Amino acid sequence: MSPIRTYHELTDADRSGLPEQIGAQRKRVAQRLAGVGRVIAVMSGKGGVGKSYVTAHLARALARSKQAVGVLDADLNGPTIPRLLEIDHAPLPTSPNGIEPARGADGVRCISMGMLIEDGAPLAFKGPTAESFVWRGAMEAAALRELLGDVAWGTLDVLLLDLPPGMQRYVELCDILGAPPAVLTVTIPTPESRDAVRRAMRAAVDRGSRLLGIIENMTGQGFDGSAGDDLAREFAVPVLARIPWHPTPDTWDGLGARV
Amino acid sequence: MKFLCVGCDKQMTFEERQLPGDGTLAATFKCPKCGRVVAMLTNPMETQLVSSLGVEIGGRTVPEQPFETVRKMVATGRDDAFTESTSPNGAPSWSPDAQERLARVPNFVRGMVKRIYADYAKERGIAEITPAVMDTARAELGLEGM
Repeated sequence: MSPIRTYHELTDADRSGLPEQIGAQRKRVAQRLAGVGRVIAVMSGKGGVGKSYVTAHLARALARSKQAVGVLDADLNGPTIPRLLEIDHAPLPTSPNGIEPARGADGVRCISMGMLIEDGAPLAFKGPTAESFVWRGAMEAAALRELLGDVAWGTLDVLLLDLPPGMQRYVELCDILGAPPAVLTVTIPTPESRDAVRRAMRAAVDRGSRLLGIIENMTGQGFDGSAGDDLAREFAVPVLARIPWHPTPDTWDGLGARV
Repeated sequence: MKFLCVGCDKQMTFEERQLPGDGTLAATFKCPKCGRVVAMLTNPMETQLVSSLGVEIGGRTVPEQPFETVRKMVATGRDDAFTESTSPNGAPSWSPDAQERLARVPNFVRGMVKRIYADYAKERGIAEITPAVMDTARAELGLEGM
């Protein structure tokens, strides 16, 4: 049997144009974000360290300093940003141009899966239940792409992306954006958090993200350790803020000034 | 994916797509040289994987709508998630039967579906959308499941 030509050797135009469709999706995201000054992912390799809490209050601080700020809640399965930004549910205005973001405290613009799914319901997709792990990740990536590309953000100085724990969403984000976003890392002081966050920061460096710095949350009592300083030294980045259990607006405004 | 007619060493071209409604998909491809037609049949999981990419086998028939994948695929979408912009002047009207049919579409996706039908009618100079117009649009645009 003679060799069969490979996929890449077949170059005739095809009506499906799947690569072109994917290309159009990426272009749509790029065009939508063209009016955004900075895209910053707030991440951590550790759950429960307060990423969303930090994201929401940082966004508010930036907005108070007269910056146009958006928050994309990329925690599709556990969205909390709408509550943190004091957003009461209202239908999102929709037009062929896109979906209007909600407005939260201090005028922060926001989109979240929490605004789209029923209260108390999990994010569930239509489709075959057997071996759903095969397609669920791709479906969530598609949802993330639409949250990025289909929201009429307008002109923003900063778009903060609140990522869930772990690395998967960050990797998807890099693929969708076509370039790695700048990264703010949140940790708590403990060595357990440090070890998990280290892996996330290493992955971000490997992908080419610029590390803006570390925010050490829940400091002062309860948690022993020096994760913030350890990671700052290891990755040669600053500790931008140490957030106590009961921060004041000044705490957040100080962080906003350093981001 | 691409299909090659091995005997002719020619890339086969897309002919037709069918979604019978059971989660499977059938797409036919034809050899431009010898005319042989083959069908690609996918199981529900494979069909879902393609859907999750937000692409259409056979090419797009309508422009991608905002939150299209989310609105088509999320099973737990809230009824009051979206409000649609008001129709511009010249938008086609809806017959009572068509309105009744549209009302059976879940709220979460209804606005998007309504816009697609309205754009279809407007582009073709159709003044009133009836169930027959909806059937024609579904067939022409490949709007299976809408």
